[in-house]
Amino acid sequence: MAKPNPTDLKYTKEHEWAKDNGDGTVTMGITDHAQELLTDIVFVELPAVGKQVEQGKQLAVVESVKSVSDVYASVSGEVIEVNTDLENQPELINADAFTGGWICKIKMTNPADLNALMDAAAYDALIKE
Amino acid sequence: MKETPLYARHAALGATIVDFGGWAMPVQYTNVIEEHRTTREKAGLFDICHMGEFTVKGSQVFDFLQWVLSRNIADQEVGQVKLSVLTNEQGGIVDDLTVYKFADDHYMLVTNAGTKDKDLAWLQKAQADKGFDVTIEDISDATGKLDFQGPAAESVLQQITRDDLKPVKFYGFIETEVLGMPAIVSRSGYTGEDGFEIYADSTRIGEIWDEILRLGTAAGVAPIGLGARDTLRLECGMNLYGHEINDEITPLEGRYGWVTDLGKDFIGVEVLRKQKEAGVPRKLVGFEMVGRGIAREHYPISKDGQPIGMVSSGTFAPTVNKAIGMAHLKPEYCAEGTEIDIEIRGKHVAAKVVKLPFYKRS
Repeated sequence: MAKPNPTDLKYTKEHEWAKDNGDGTVTMGITDHAQELLTDIVFVELPAVGKQVEQGKQLAVVESVKSVSDVYASVSGEVIEVNTDLENQPELINADAFTGGWICKIKMTNPADLNALMDAAAYDALIKE
Repeated sequence: MKETPLYARHAALGATIVDFGGWAMPVQYTNVIEEHRTTREKAGLFDICHMGEFTVKGSQVFDFLQWVLSRNIADQEVGQVKLSVLTNEQGGIVDDLTVYKFADDHYMLVTNAGTKDKDLAWLQKAQADKGFDVTIEDISDATGKLDFQGPAAESVLQQITRDDLKPVKFYGFIETEVLGMPAIVSRSGYTGEDGFEIYADSTRIGEIWDEILRLGTAAGVAPIGLGARDTLRLECGMNLYGHEINDEITPLEGRYGWVTDLGKDFIGVEVLRKQKEAGVPRKLVGFEMVGRGIAREHYPISKDGQPIGMVSSGTFAPTVNKAIGMAHLKPEYCAEGTEIDIEIRGKHVAAKVVKLPFYKRS
């Protein structure tokens, strides 16, 4: 069973989570539900630090043994930090999607982007469908 | 999609179901890495009911099979299984398949699922063209098939098999009873482990499935999906039809030279003799990633910026713990240790040609 979706995070339809750090930056990753669907994650292609990304556009790639899946930026902005632990331990996403399995931090160009995302209740409802 | 007799069991086990050549098949029950390791370390049970089985009988069976198969089966004895390929007039591979010999006038062919109908039409045409006195019967629907593979397989299967399995050699088979029902059991498979392929009445194959899982619980036996079947076979450098081989790839290009006897007459042999003399335009090799990334099927391969081939299968291999794959390359780049570049999402990532298989049972 998937872990509960934390109520302090925001969510996308594509199963990313975003945490508002309160300083104009967002930490993001994929949800526990997403890692359950992907199962054994064996490779993560991280974005380059400094890359400009656009909300809803391809940001990173997560691969399981069988599949290759795009991860989309939850907000627009500049990638300011990436979770390099994932280079050698991609399975951190399986173990801990919402914390240790974070993918990157983005400095937002438009904080209102967060308003377009779902809260935990709405995301709960989406994945129950 | 077609369903095997075991479909309801897969659904009840919570398997992820995918379309595999028109069949609704379990790709995984838990996850691929776990199922892969279970097979290598304990034993895994696979639903292979989707594959095709034909009996071929009649006074000219031997001549017929020598004509359609690349392999010379003159030395095949009753009770032996031989891997072979069916070739077309261009020397391409119609299918790779196993050949079971029951008697001089009675064989069984076991084909891939997705190619079964094509194979049957091909065999019927080859028979009609030359008027061989043989009867080809498609017994696929009536035949259930389980693969039971891994170090614990023999002791579990022995408990429900009438005859002793110990004397059954690698690529040998017996006609016996499993759970009291008539069955064919061969010591063969597609995982690189010791194990068996079991054929029995499709309406009762579920009873064998259930009993193996029940008896095997203590030994850690588990059902295994097609996801791990693919990583297991790839670690052993075994071909998968439609990936490493197809109608346009010859046995000489597809690492099937060892099942191809150019000294006998069979369909397409002239083309293959010429190819052997002139040299093949591409060869199948194994590679492992040197840079970070996982190569996948159809990713282009280059050397010094020039295209030299394409990935046929690629994955992260759980037992060898590396990103590996097989690829068709121009022959001049096939030597072990050759450094190659694989294009992954527009970036060139370093890889090198390595010896097959990646994994060999100790």
